[in-house]
Amino acid sequence: MCPDSAAPEGSSNGRQVLGAADISRVLRRIAHEILEANKGADDIVLLGIPSRGVPLAKRLAALIAEVEGSDIPCGALDITMYRDDLRRQPTRAPMPTQIPDSGVDGKTVVLVDDVLYSGRTVRAALDALADHGRPAAVRLAVLVDRGHRELPIRADHVGKNLPTAQSETVRVRLAETDEADSVTIAGGAR
Amino acid sequence: MRGNGGRMPSGAAAMPRHLLSMADLDAGAIRTILDTATQMQDVQRREVKKIPTLRGRTIINLFFEDSTRTRSSFEIAGKWMSADTINITGKGSSASKGESLRDTVRTIDAMGVDALVIRHGASGAAHQVAGWVDAHVINAGDGTHEHPTQALLDAYTMEQRLGSLEGKHVAIVGDLTHSRVVRSNLISLRRLGADVTLVAPPTLMPSGIGAWSAAEGFTLSHDLDAVLGGKGSGEAARPVDALMMLRVQKERMSGGFFPTAREYTVGYGLTRDRLNRLCDANPEIVICHPGPMNRGLEISADAADAAQSLVLDQVSAGVAVRMSVLYHLLAGEESPTESGATSEGSAA
Repeated sequence: MCPDSAAPEGSSNGRQVLGAADISRVLRRIAHEILEANKGADDIVLLGIPSRGVPLAKRLAALIAEVEGSDIPCGALDITMYRDDLRRQPTRAPMPTQIPDSGVDGKTVVLVDDVLYSGRTVRAALDALADHGRPAAVRLAVLVDRGHRELPIRADHVGKNLPTAQSETVRVRLAETDEADSVTIAGGAR
Repeated sequence: MRGNGGRMPSGAAAMPRHLLSMADLDAGAIRTILDTATQMQDVQRREVKKIPTLRGRTIINLFFEDSTRTRSSFEIAGKWMSADTINITGKGSSASKGESLRDTVRTIDAMGVDALVIRHGASGAAHQVAGWVDAHVINAGDGTHEHPTQALLDAYTMEQRLGSLEGKHVAIVGDLTHSRVVRSNLISLRRLGADVTLVAPPTLMPSGIGAWSAAEGFTLSHDLDAVLGGKGSGEAARPVDALMMLRVQKERMSGGFFPTAREYTVGYGLTRDRLNRLCDANPEIVICHPGPMNRGLEISADAADAAQSLVLDQVSAGVAVRMSVLYHLLAGEESPTESGATSEGSAA
């Protein structure tokens, strides 16, 4: 699982779908979408789902602050303890959950994750969120939606819809965690 | 597995099936349990202290010896993680009618429980039980042998105040012969990179400890003041970062281990006098005691209630650490030995 610094097209690392500039443009659009849907930045709380949702949420918060000129609360929501597949794999070490001091009660919480796939992570996140309070509304923003939902869950803000086969692997790399920004797709039938 | 983008499996170290001894946990596993305990302490601070992680699991606390903090913290830890926890004490069970330990635990196991947390007066009881049952077994203290979750919570509490224990100097003082806490603590502290000095009168040093100290690399002393520095100790002693006072276990003592309680206190107790000297030399020092305390014997009331005392932090950490242990032993897939690395490979 070592992050590769470069993922050239057609290499064994897979095909690059989004580069650093694309990711930056996509996030900027999502930031504007969130503001548009919410009619401003009031009462928005961004919560990233570890690990890569957290830096994405921070970037969105910075972009929104750039547009609106005011900081918005941003945190992290770990879902490890709420997974429905705990018994199917060795235990994982949970990551920190950071709920902003303003809390989530009555706020519009935007969950942020890198890839939307089965929807099970989001289901777990909704359970986890309910244990921290009662938001007025919960929205979902993802960098990539790769389809294959197993639950009735959809994203409100999508960076890129990426049709995939289930045998393929979508990998998101972010500068904060993996040196450089990229989204690649690998594996599957060629 | 879920193919969730590039989510890296957060490197949790391989966990043993049972927690019988601190030796079951390598440095990586100890680190994982302590890190997870940090997240568990967040749950402890929430308004609604309940997570669904162990829903549908049954944990039996089987206590053949008295306990306040260990038993209740295991029970709370299980309940906060939505497991069903049931307490059985030796006195109120069929053991008091003469049932053997083997029959008792096999009876409980036959009901289909997931974990047995056991405390027993005989050293090695948990090891024996682990061979008799299908459930996960957690040693909550066996005779004068081990008490691994206590060592984990001690390490956790000290880290909260001192940061990494790597290179820190921990002195453990008191009744080493009858202490199960000391053996577990020695193993964990050494694996976390701390230097350890054990201090006790010659009569309370377990036999054969010399060879053990050579093997594990810790120091022995009969002179508390020399270890702590000051009063009469000529050479500058290595500064102590953490001082762990052990309880004088009168209930396990069948002979004269020291002439009088007063004499023990003068030689090995954390008196107000020693406390003041220590705090003058190093205000950052931390004082631990696994409890229950004999106030006025091994620890003075001033020391027990000092700002440097972590006694209540230890109790509070006990719940978080035990949640972490239960999580890592029970929440994952069964027979982790077979699958260990496989799911990591496909997790991309």
